Amino acid sequence: MKKLNGFWVFLALSVVIYAVGQLLIGTGLLNPYYSNTLIFIVINIILAVSLHLVIGITGQFSIGHAGFLAVGAYISAILTKLDLPFPVALFAGGVVAAFAGLLVGIPSLRLKGDYLAIATLGFGEIIRIVFVNIDYVGGAAGMQVPHLTSWTSAFICLFITLIVIMNFTNSTHGRACISIRENEIAADAMGIDTTYYKVAAFALGAFFAGVGGGLYAHNFYIIQPTNFGFLKSFDILIFVVLGGLGSLSGAVIAAILMTVVSTYLQGYPETRMIIYSVVLIIVMLYRPKGLMGTNEITSYFSKWTGVKGGRLHGK
Amino acid sequence: MANKPLLEVKDAGIRFGGLKAVSGFSMTINQGELIGLIGPNGAGKTTSFNLLTGVYVPTEGEILFDGKRINGLAPYQITRRGISRTFQNIRLFNELTVLDNVKVAYHSLSKHSMLSSILRLPSHFAGEKEIEEKALQFLRIFGLESYKDEIAKNLPYGQQRRLEIARALAAGPRLLLLDEPAAGMNPQETQQLMELIAFIRKEFKLTVLLIEHDMKLVMGICERLYVLDQGQLIAQGTPEEIRNHPRVIEAYLGEEVSKGDA
Repeated sequence: MKKLNGFWVFLALSVVIYAVGQLLIGTGLLNPYYSNTLIFIVINIILAVSLHLVIGITGQFSIGHAGFLAVGAYISAILTKLDLPFPVALFAGGVVAAFAGLLVGIPSLRLKGDYLAIATLGFGEIIRIVFVNIDYVGGAAGMQVPHLTSWTSAFICLFITLIVIMNFTNSTHGRACISIRENEIAADAMGIDTTYYKVAAFALGAFFAGVGGGLYAHNFYIIQPTNFGFLKSFDILIFVVLGGLGSLSGAVIAAILMTVVSTYLQGYPETRMIIYSVVLIIVMLYRPKGLMGTNEITSYFSKWTGVKGGRLHGK
Repeated sequence: MANKPLLEVKDAGIRFGGLKAVSGFSMTINQGELIGLIGPNGAGKTTSFNLLTGVYVPTEGEILFDGKRINGLAPYQITRRGISRTFQNIRLFNELTVLDNVKVAYHSLSKHSMLSSILRLPSHFAGEKEIEEKALQFLRIFGLESYKDEIAKNLPYGQQRRLEIARALAAGPRLLLLDEPAAGMNPQETQQLMELIAFIRKEFKLTVLLIEHDMKLVMGICERLYVLDQGQLIAQGTPEEIRNHPRVIEAYLGEEVSKGDA
């Protein structure tokens, strides 16, 4: 019953945020630059949350996430170019990205820690290079994409992403993933098919990264493979680590914060990366476990037992 | 049924490169028995456990559980067949609550699919409810119910050991392997633990194989003992036979002084 309450609170909150956003953008109160930022924040949250599932919940340190972003971006861009409806293109982008996730995940998830990180980094780069060499999508010069992403479409995708990942996490399947993060040998000994769950989490994360990629592509007028290099992977990784590994709300907050910081800093191109780095260092010094640690924002409201990304009832 | 061995190990062994960690390990455990596996440090006791549970794949020999060959299966598959274990160095899911630790172990016995959880179908709610009830039931047996919302790593050491056994039980085993369950416990806690093991064994009709250092304890509760030394099985029999077995005395106390050269 409590969980049901939680769901309604979440739904109400989402509707309010959506309505406010729509009002600000629709009435022209926000200029296009800011409304674009707002959409960009939503896309970044989707990306952060999709990686949170892989790193924060399942504990698999993957840094090739931009590769799946690229797959989703290009597949959906190709489909809208073929005049398919945008939602279909987004979904297809996600599915193909999930498939790419399976292909990458099955061999590489045998590795652990640093080795997995390097392998996924490599796979991410391979995906990028593949797009550089396909003439159909314009190669290195990039591909023109119609501007289709709106506040509504982005927000609906975010809503679905959050619901799916929260529901997944807060079930026996999510617990299985968390147990792998906590102690893989023990999880295995308790009858958890660790490979299956690692790959499943990886593919699910890749799916939403693909959807995010579709939104990302259709929010700009052109996509190029250089948009999806390993620096993009690190951007997403920063959201997850900064928010606190294992905390969904942390990932969301960090994605909002860092997108705002980075957008604001575009006015200071010379010092931009310096300030961005300083912000990161300060947060890591004062909140070494990330902004939220492993806590969820809901654990501050005792009534709502929210998503269990780890510790809930700690101090 | 009673005569049919539950676990049959035939000449199992493993070598790591040139090192034979365990070799020629044979053991037969019948339904319902409580067997002890003892030996000095480094004798290969935990390695044998790892062979039985699939952490290591035996390089020689054969392991039959309930008449079926299990060597080569992954640990989770062996657990699902009905062997579950605890670890010598406690391996709890530290950041999870006590309740969630047990819930994880019950996972493989629950049936609702990933899709039903994502879509929050009725089968998800029914499945989760069943898991919660079962997990609470195990916590109750182990007197851990009042700790259910505590983070596992915050539990006192003795309770962590108990939680590990509760978790192993929740995986629904027929054969329970306990790796030094009383390690680090005081005599009173050890006594309680032994009573608990006797209780769950009866309650769940379990067969138990336990590794233990505390000779007094092993002698007290085990029906039969196997003794390992340097990766070899050196003796087996009732506690009485083991106590007087010359090879065992030698392994534990060293060779006779007359043979040695100081």
